[in-house]
Amino acid sequence: MASSVLGSTAGEPVVDIADVMQKMAEHKGCGTSSEGGKASCGSSAGPADMPPEIWEKVKNHPCYSEEAHHHYARMHVAVAPACNIQCNYCNRKYDCANESRPGVVSERLSPEQAARKVLAVASTIPQMTVLGIAGPGDPLANPRKTFETFRLISEVAPDIKLCLSTNGLALPDWVDEIAKYKVDHVTITINMVDPEVGQHIYPWVFWNHQRVEGIEASRILMERQLKGLEMLTERGILAKINSVMIPGVNDMHLVEVNKAVKARGAFLHNIMPLISAPEHGTVFGLNGQRGPSAQELKALQDACEGDMNMMRHCRQCRADAVGLLGEDRSAEFTTDKIMAMDVQYDAEGRKAYQEAVEAERQAKVAAKADEIAGLDAVGEISVLVAVATKGHGVINEHFGHAKEFQVYELSAKGAKFVGHRRVDLYCQGGFGEEDALDTITRAINDCHAVFVAKIGGCPRADLEKAGIEPVDRFAHEYIEASAIAWFKDYLANVASGAIVHVERGDAAIRQGAYSGGALLAG
Amino acid sequence: MPYKIVAGQCTNCSACEAECPNEAISEQGTTFVIDPAKCTECIGHYDTPQCVAICPVDHTCVIDTALPRYQGAPA
Repeated sequence: MASSVLGSTAGEPVVDIADVMQKMAEHKGCGTSSEGGKASCGSSAGPADMPPEIWEKVKNHPCYSEEAHHHYARMHVAVAPACNIQCNYCNRKYDCANESRPGVVSERLSPEQAARKVLAVASTIPQMTVLGIAGPGDPLANPRKTFETFRLISEVAPDIKLCLSTNGLALPDWVDEIAKYKVDHVTITINMVDPEVGQHIYPWVFWNHQRVEGIEASRILMERQLKGLEMLTERGILAKINSVMIPGVNDMHLVEVNKAVKARGAFLHNIMPLISAPEHGTVFGLNGQRGPSAQELKALQDACEGDMNMMRHCRQCRADAVGLLGEDRSAEFTTDKIMAMDVQYDAEGRKAYQEAVEAERQAKVAAKADEIAGLDAVGEISVLVAVATKGHGVINEHFGHAKEFQVYELSAKGAKFVGHRRVDLYCQGGFGEEDALDTITRAINDCHAVFVAKIGGCPRADLEKAGIEPVDRFAHEYIEASAIAWFKDYLANVASGAIVHVERGDAAIRQGAYSGGALLAG
Repeated sequence: MPYKIVAGQCTNCSACEAECPNEAISEQGTTFVIDPAKCTECIGHYDTPQCVAICPVDHTCVIDTALPRYQGAPA
């Protein structure tokens, strides 16, 4: 089985394209073909159910392709502080540098600083392919700063994809401008398509120079969001819909939202758990509104997954996040640091690196295809497994170093990514008060096994006691192929009576945890 | 003359700056401030003071009681 050939994202990435090609050639049945350098199998042409032009748009966008998120990085620039609505899950006063969640940002940038930062990051992280503006307010409530940033970046780094994330209130006014700057990915946060539901989520919107409250606020917002979505679809701009799952408020209703956005051409639906803690100072945090459990979230995502793609790899990142999803390197790129950096934009080097990533990715898909053969006799059994990874689709993280685990569902259909669990420590008050291992077992309690590059003796024994099998024999191999190989062994043991298959319980979703590379005082 | 921004409450989000019809609001350090000589309480422009309406933190844009209320444009 081919192993990962790209260096860890924690250090300087090292690419040896000759080595990649050699590994590719060795990989049986999946060598490079003469047709435009594309592999003869793998995912270069995209999934069978996706038109090639759409695949071209999403294949290296970590937020639009689950597969891409193992390989490509994104960055947000915080140029848009103003907002035009109020949400009960947001409080702009609270900002902790160690925290990772939407709306949180450590420093605000001017469009010029943002362009400089993009160059600095692109020069340091060649797999950074996407620049997004996601706040910390609403990008379209700050149109001058937002579009000036896009203009500057498209001049200095034309290969970088541009995207933005909006609440949708101002969207219909700006769709043509969005098209003009070739922003081909827009995310709209839609939490309801019924103002009766919306009144419990949005206390007010600022509309026509007035603060509009109550049901009327949600009626205006809903109409503008759906109109904006339709206008994006008409122009061929891919739309992702984010929805916050708020148990007892809109959880069941999100099935209706899913239908409404699907009918209007949305490409992807991302249902995220409510982040809510009293210390955030939000209305929901203060009134004790809880977020969903891991299984509640998965059940809703499963219910909405008909002919529409559901995003399950969202990390609900900060408005100034940098790096692969699940990591945040923003502390390396503060304004002081980027101004002192010697920035050299190496378009050729970036291209070569990304080609190597593409080759690796095809090898991964091929490895999975090999393993999946023979799974058809599985029957009804399906299990979840957790994986410690630093990226590249490889099991390459030590158990004790993992800040999150990725969760895969194994069944007769193969291995499917269904989510991730944060296990890092709380920003405040978490240190020492909580046993780290308990945190992890609670977060992956619904999993039968956890795949790691390495694990110590003590946690191994504790995990086994909790009924979760630690698996380190697939260290540095591809996640999906390894998980399927393990699943086959598991099924064989069940069939022979060596083990008895039991269902696992639910798991907790940890919230508001930091994912910064450095611990800052705060 | 009358509105002011309570510095300790201001999140520096800049939303008010763009909405003020009198261009009375500007950034000063880590907060925004209202120039009392320019503020008209939005009288003659809008039904409600725009900074109050869009501010994400309640009780941040408030009447400055140390100054007399806006008397309307000079005749």
